Amino acid sequence: MQWELTPDRPVYLQLIEQIQAGIISGYFKPGDKLPSVRDLAAEAAVNPNTMQKALAELERTGLVYTNRTSGRFITADTELIQNLKKQSAKSQIKEFLDRMTLLGFQPEETLSLITDVVRKEE
Amino acid sequence: MNAILECNALSKRFSNINALSNVNLTLERGRIIGLLGPNGSGKTTFIKLINGLLVPSEGTILIDGKKPGADTKKIVSYLPDKTFLPEWMRISDTLEFYKDFYEDFDLNKATDMLKRLQLDPKRKLKSLSKGTKEKVQLILVMSRQADLYCLDEPIGGVDPAARDYILNTIITNYNENATVLISTHLIADIEKVLDEVIFIKDGQITLHSSVDDIRMKEGKSVDALFREVFKC
Repeated sequence: MQWELTPDRPVYLQLIEQIQAGIISGYFKPGDKLPSVRDLAAEAAVNPNTMQKALAELERTGLVYTNRTSGRFITADTELIQNLKKQSAKSQIKEFLDRMTLLGFQPEETLSLITDVVRKEE
Repeated sequence: MNAILECNALSKRFSNINALSNVNLTLERGRIIGLLGPNGSGKTTFIKLINGLLVPSEGTILIDGKKPGADTKKIVSYLPDKTFLPEWMRISDTLEFYKDFYEDFDLNKATDMLKRLQLDPKRKLKSLSKGTKEKVQLILVMSRQADLYCLDEPIGGVDPAARDYILNTIITNYNENATVLISTHLIADIEKVLDEVIFIKDGQITLHSSVDDIRMKEGKSVDALFREVFKC
């Protein structure tokens, strides 16, 4: 997996986002076993403590769980993953709408522009 | 477990120069910590004090609760910023040297790492490039099972790929009972690997914080903050 980390935001937040993106995109499939914290940290070239912090947060939200003897796994709860996907899509749309507002477009105008573009693509 | 390093009102004076002034610092175990400051700010002086190569002018420095001495040298692994091994030695000689000196030296680990770099152990140090010599020294230092690793400028003067290798070695060697103290000014490269950073200026600590706290509070990288704080 390609880890893209920017220098101006906390590392652990970005790791959470990237792992979530990996789950949404299917790079990490439901029920997949995750590499060890150290291996993930080495792959992302980050501090193992920071990777641990990100994984702990993902466990808290239920996307990842730990089996004491066999390791860490991606949740098999496909509904949870679908919700995550929807949430991610919604926040992308909100960001886009904000940018369009900055350009001077009202949400309704933006909506018809989107319809135009999508129609043309079909 | 107790903190690995504790400094109280630590000062070091050379003739009329205050190399370190009133340093109060605690380093916890299991962290990778960056000691960041311009040239001449006191980083090497501080590291030499940890290793018992210098004696404090005032104040105390304790490693695992003990003053620097034979007992602390057993648990501190030091990588100086200059080549410290005799040039006539072969790589195999350096392995034997470390094995003789340090009980906690893991010969298999070091041999393994050298093999992966495809380095012939029969080669003499003087035949190696600067970057390769640095990698060899780092391997020796990181193959010890120490409680505190002090790396003085481990990535300076080395190409970007070698830097990646060195940082990867540090990450994969991580263990939660040991602390790695890295003194450097190549901050951008190393930031993501650090838990905490310490800013040192004219012999005084001006900041000790986690990397993520800085990024959250300042909205910028440690590298960017450093440039602001230490602007010439």
